[in-house]
Amino acid sequence: MEKLDIISLIPLMILAGASVVIMLMIAVKRNHQFTVIFSLLAFAASLISLGQLSSVLPRQIQSMMLFDEYALYFMVLLLISALIITILSYDYIKQFNENKEEYYILLFLGTLGAGILVVANHFATFFLGLELLSVSLYVMIAYLRQRDVSVEAGAKYLVLAAASSAFLLFGMALVYSQAGTMFFPELGNYLLKFQETTDIMMLGFAMMFVGISFKLALVPFHMWTPDVYQGSPVPVTGFIATVSKGGIFAVLFRFFAELNLYTFPNIMMLFMIIAIASMFTGNFLALLQKNVKRILAYSSIAHFGYLLIAFIAGKQLGLEAASFYLLAYFVTILGAFGIVSLISDREKDMDNVTDYRGLFWRQPWLAVIFSGMLLSLAGIPLTAGFVGKFYIALAGVEAGELALVIILAVNSVIGLYYYLRIMVMMFSPVAGPEVAINKTLYRTSMSSLAILSLLFVALLWFGVFPQSVIDFIRMVVVL
Amino acid sequence: MVLVWLIVILMGAGLLAWMAGRYNAMWPRFIALVALLVGFFMSIGLWITGTPTIEAGNGGEWIQHFQSDWIPRFGIQFHLAMDGLSLMLVILTMFLGLIAVLASWKEITHRTGFFHFNLLWVLAGITGVFLAMDLFLFYFFWEVMLIPMYFLIGIWGHEKRIDASYKFFIFTQAGGLLMFISILALYFIHGDATGNYTYNYLVIAENFPGTRAAPWIMAGFLIAFLIKLPAVPVHSWLPAAHTQAPTAGSVILAGLLLKTGAYGLFRFIIPLFPEASEAFAPAAMILGIIGIMYGAKLAYAQTDLKRLVAYTSISHMGFILIGIYSFNSLAFQGAFMQVIAHGISTGALFMIAGAIQDRLHTRDLNKMGGLWSIAPRMGGVTLVFVLASLGLPGMGNFVAEFMTLVGAFQVYPVYTIIAAMGLIVYAIYALYIMQKVFFGRKPEAVKMKDFSVREMIMGLSMAAIIIWLGFFPNNVLRTSQPTIDKMQENIREYRQTKELGGIKAFKPDHESEAGIQLTKKSE
Repeated sequence: MEKLDIISLIPLMILAGASVVIMLMIAVKRNHQFTVIFSLLAFAASLISLGQLSSVLPRQIQSMMLFDEYALYFMVLLLISALIITILSYDYIKQFNENKEEYYILLFLGTLGAGILVVANHFATFFLGLELLSVSLYVMIAYLRQRDVSVEAGAKYLVLAAASSAFLLFGMALVYSQAGTMFFPELGNYLLKFQETTDIMMLGFAMMFVGISFKLALVPFHMWTPDVYQGSPVPVTGFIATVSKGGIFAVLFRFFAELNLYTFPNIMMLFMIIAIASMFTGNFLALLQKNVKRILAYSSIAHFGYLLIAFIAGKQLGLEAASFYLLAYFVTILGAFGIVSLISDREKDMDNVTDYRGLFWRQPWLAVIFSGMLLSLAGIPLTAGFVGKFYIALAGVEAGELALVIILAVNSVIGLYYYLRIMVMMFSPVAGPEVAINKTLYRTSMSSLAILSLLFVALLWFGVFPQSVIDFIRMVVVL
Repeated sequence: MVLVWLIVILMGAGLLAWMAGRYNAMWPRFIALVALLVGFFMSIGLWITGTPTIEAGNGGEWIQHFQSDWIPRFGIQFHLAMDGLSLMLVILTMFLGLIAVLASWKEITHRTGFFHFNLLWVLAGITGVFLAMDLFLFYFFWEVMLIPMYFLIGIWGHEKRIDASYKFFIFTQAGGLLMFISILALYFIHGDATGNYTYNYLVIAENFPGTRAAPWIMAGFLIAFLIKLPAVPVHSWLPAAHTQAPTAGSVILAGLLLKTGAYGLFRFIIPLFPEASEAFAPAAMILGIIGIMYGAKLAYAQTDLKRLVAYTSISHMGFILIGIYSFNSLAFQGAFMQVIAHGISTGALFMIAGAIQDRLHTRDLNKMGGLWSIAPRMGGVTLVFVLASLGLPGMGNFVAEFMTLVGAFQVYPVYTIIAAMGLIVYAIYALYIMQKVFFGRKPEAVKMKDFSVREMIMGLSMAAIIIWLGFFPNNVLRTSQPTIDKMQENIREYRQTKELGGIKAFKPDHESEAGIQLTKKSE
């Protein structure tokens, strides 16, 4: 292994090392605060080492991983999200009696898994990253083991995710049996050479897509989402929505681009159906929910349906659109779950829509941030979500997928309704006068508040002045 | 730069009002008042001094113009321009903004900071809509005016405010998204044909190749504008929203938000899609007539004062449709006059309805009566606007409706005759308002204060404007004339090319697209 290879791997090695160090720290002495500070420093160090990495790009390591600018972009996105989740987790977890420090080990391992996915261009690394991510999630979801819902969600995720991993693995094996290679570029060459595929290979791809769709919670593999979103501790829900899905989406895009699967009309047809089904199912089922976490779960199904439009559009514009959309979505969803996590207490998560009644009159700033996030999810101008949706519509129209864009617009209107419902709750007057005075009904914390305010500013900044981010994405995100 | 300031002042004052509202309930009112006064006098200044001289593409002449890059990646610019049409509408916006602030002076006591923030941002959005010359920016402002209005209805509205605010939001947003798809389609069709991917309306309007898709693209815009206007099948959000909104909200809704729909028809539909518009004209006439009759009929059936006035709005907006789709200068001017006059007269009626509700805590006409004896000043002011609304000569509304009818008669005599009958129905409901509220027997228990000085200032200034519009409409018409002429010229040009077999623009087949480019080059 050369020196440059080591430099490339440093960001991932820091993540892996940090989890070991925390384990050792726990052996010596437990201290929640100290663990969090160390975690923040480790994430920051990993981010900084990415700067070093940018000078050696692109770098292929052992036909296993490809470090390129595309990977770099997603690494930055994932690491910053993980950093934010760490801060939110601190405020959330500190109120519980469980051992708190182990949580951060899992956070590091999960992020490491997502990081590996982002650079993977071989089935082995792909699967390694995915499993690392999933196994950490099994535990993180059930972390609050005194809560029944949490344990139930963890068990559900364990069974279903393991099954989906099996599908993925079997699919990989089938593809390998035909092509004789697991390295993406070689698979691409194979497909290029033989133009048509065998049925077994198609079956392999199909099984892989089942596994991937499960992780991305696309219809019809979305059943786990609401229960897991609802049962997980709030920061973990945020982690699933951002780091986990982002990593998988990155590898999916890379897989398609390197194998040039865009040339297979039946595969694209399949994804188009999945996209449409995800948009409609997500939005319609969200209408029926009374629980904020479940609403956000169904809305995430719809949002990944939107994202698939950019994915189906493909090419440079589609890639740009997807990259921007993910960025906007990360900012938004972290902000939304940040609010939910901040005001939840140890008794229960504040996840009923009615829990938000009158939030604006007690904690105006929190309510304004949350409204901003909801409006961004709904795709209203001034917010990042709008520019993201606009980008996707643009990519869709350019690729000639007008029908998908119109479905996107229709779904945006349906989506409005349930986002508005939460907002209406926040701005409704409080039930009784005695409640109104009680400002301490919701917990607050300076660090979380600062992070949320930053996210809010970012949301508006990306919404009003997106050009600088777009320039950056155009420069960096190329496949 | 003045145009940017107009918007920035409102938005800045909005933020300032919100912050100031944390410390003192009075400050936001004064901040809003000062900001709107500044905006008002700035726009009046433009009216007095400004002459349309600036060339900004499309051969049009503009009073003010501002252009700078916003998101160059998508060809989006921050591009504002003002001609006579937008100037008059901006003045109307600032004036009704002042009225709205004054009307809520005593009414809103709860969270005044956030209230005035929303108020000023709606006005900023409306101003932006009237000035934007970039289609993306137009859509952006279109949405900016939506959310604060939603809050105004949803937080400070009356008993059924939540339903009303939902309805308002979802109707408008659905229309907005359809418009947005049309904007995207324009962007791509124009970009593919010319290689210049831009949202610049002036550029697109000049080179729009005209395709088979034109009617569909127009439909997207049209639905958005008809929902805002509102025309009859898509009007059902309006009575709820107007009735439930606080006074300031109703004034802005009726006086300004509806006018953005009319403005859209003037600015975008007719110039961009002359052929499709001509094909749609008979349908628009029928929609207009249905609106006039149906609105007036339902107005008469109401027992809720604000709901009554809301339905009259639907009815009066029918005249705008008829005026615009008659395609001649007189009717255009009439429709435009209707925009201004109706904005003021209905704004005033909502102001009065709000004042009555504030005093009597009811909007039910059956619980009123004989109020003239205890509130003669209020009665006098109401009489002016009720008469204006029924189209009494000497008032702005008469000029508007008369011009519309005369213009339309030259093209669609039968429709015009039916529409003119609306004026008779107007007299019925107008007198019904006066009869129910101010005359008749007064219920014993009713006690209320007459108009205060503040309310008299508002009422009299609006009355003065309505009468001034009635006697000297030329002041306004002169300002909008260049824009109307330009529209008229476009239509004439289109008709000529159509008669000549349509070699140039607006030919619906693809062979001619190459033809456009050739002629362009040879020019």
